[in-house]
Amino acid sequence: MKPVVEVHNVGMKYQSLNGEITALDNINFSVNDGEFVSIVGPSGCGKSTLLSIISGLIFSTSGTVFLSGEKVMGTSPKIGYMLQKDHLFNWRTIYQNVMLGLEIRKNVTRSTKEHAIKLLRTYGLYEFKDKYPNQLSGGMRQRVALIRTLVTDPQILLLDEAFSALDFQTRLVVNDDIYDIIKKENKTALLVTHDISESISMADRVVLLSKRPGTVKNIYEINLNCDNRTPLSSRETPEFRYYFQEIWKGLDVHV
Amino acid sequence: MFNLKKDSISHRAQVSGISPEHKDYLHRVRMEKIFVRVIQLLIFCTALLLWEICANAKIVDPFITSQPSRVLKTMIRLYVDGVLFQHIGITCLEAIVGFVLGTVLGTLIAIMLWWSEFLCKVLEPYLVVLNSLPKIALGPVFIVWIGAGPAAIIVMTLAISLIVTVLEVLNGFLTIDQEKIKLVQTFGGTKFQVLTKVLLPASYPTFINALKINVGLSWVGVIVGEFLVSKAGLGYLIVYGGQVFKLDLVMTSVIILGVAATVMYQGVVYLEKMLVKNKT
Ligand SMILES: Nc1ncnc2c1ncn2[C@@H]1O[C@H](COP(=O)(O)OP(=O)(O)OP(=O)(O)O)[C@@H](O)[C@H]1O
Ligand SMILES: [Mg+2]
Repeated sequence: MKPVVEVHNVGMKYQSLNGEITALDNINFSVNDGEFVSIVGPSGCGKSTLLSIISGLIFSTSGTVFLSGEKVMGTSPKIGYMLQKDHLFNWRTIYQNVMLGLEIRKNVTRSTKEHAIKLLRTYGLYEFKDKYPNQLSGGMRQRVALIRTLVTDPQILLLDEAFSALDFQTRLVVNDDIYDIIKKENKTALLVTHDISESISMADRVVLLSKRPGTVKNIYEINLNCDNRTPLSSRETPEFRYYFQEIWKGLDVHV
Repeated sequence: MFNLKKDSISHRAQVSGISPEHKDYLHRVRMEKIFVRVIQLLIFCTALLLWEICANAKIVDPFITSQPSRVLKTMIRLYVDGVLFQHIGITCLEAIVGFVLGTVLGTLIAIMLWWSEFLCKVLEPYLVVLNSLPKIALGPVFIVWIGAGPAAIIVMTLAISLIVTVLEVLNGFLTIDQEKIKLVQTFGGTKFQVLTKVLLPASYPTFINALKINVGLSWVGVIVGEFLVSKAGLGYLIVYGGQVFKLDLVMTSVIILGVAATVMYQGVVYLEKMLVKNKT
């Protein structure tokens, strides 16, 4: 299979008056079409930096990123980026929030509007389309944020701790929800998280980064023995504990 | 008072079958509101009455304190002479023009400073000095440059409210969550789109605040301006009245001024309420 994302020898140095920070050093990995890859690593190891580089928001100081073989030179409509918080604009209705990306890309047409409505309907938010974000629960807001990303029809989803603002129970439900949506819509996904369990429960592969400067320490293939895999059912498989132990050891946390 | 009113309305909306306790509560709230209003009115009338009686009984000298009946007479005389609304109109017009101009120009300059970080850094010390300088000191300069007329008064008003608006709005821009800006950028948004999709709508409370501050400041500017140059307007009447020792005229003008300024401030408050209703 041809990789959709190729990260090739990527390094990143931030300059500041107090000196130079090497955030990333010689990162190599790739993501295949339809694959779900998680990135875990200690705080400050450059995970967000890596996603920003892949999305074309900032440029690496060395190495290259390729999207379907094309070099990344700036932001691309192929990529949908989900941030830690939903950042729904409270001066816009749910529907208007969903349309934000299309407005920015100047792609508001009859068919994209219909697509937005269809997504809202499919994921149970249609009745809320004229409500304002503060009238919705945290989980619903996160779903709206996902639809806002999906409606621009990206091929690749980048999720930067997209669930960490939710409480634990909601988070499990939203994990399942969003995993389901991503699989149904047939997207490739790259998820950054602090949470080892979350990374295993959703991913086909887990990329482990070392502490700063971030390098790829290990890549784990996740093979779980369960049919109809969902994040929740993944957590109940016997292999789950094993991967958890492995990654935990790999993270090498000292307290 | 506004809050009380809103509370009781929303309560009524929520509860369809009103329980006796709730009815009792609503009654109490309404009684309290009436009570407050009555006391307010009482204070007002007592003050007027005392003022009138003291002046009539020569406990205070009406020549320097004036008195309500004389204020009323002065007002009627101004009206009969056909100049009352002329003076009020001129002052209000100057205040409104200065107020709108200050807010709009201040916002535009703030947008420019946000747009170019370089410009912002370069202009920073000038902004600090201009902000600290008592703008009234510039009054004579404006008169020489622009001439003694309404234009100089408007510029005076502008000078007082402009820098405050710039700093207030710019500060509002800079406190907006960077992640919201990043969100727009992830969709490939340009700087102009960041401005229109995030900065301006998110700064809406800042604008309202700036408006509220500017309403007050523009009145200061107009009155100072009129003190310095004018031949008409409420500020002119106050200065003129003071010079010829007609305290009736001074008091009348001050009272009208108070009413006009309040009306304009309440106008902004009303505007805010209208907009908030549509936004949340
Ligand atoms: N714009 C910047 N300028 C300078 N240094 C930066 C900048 N952005 C990030 N850094 C530094 O680079 C390092 C990596 O940051 P990054 O946010 O990518 O880490 P992270 O793995 O996402 O951390 P976290 O787990 O806390 O989200 C950090 O040490 C951070 O201080
Ligand atoms: Mg991060």
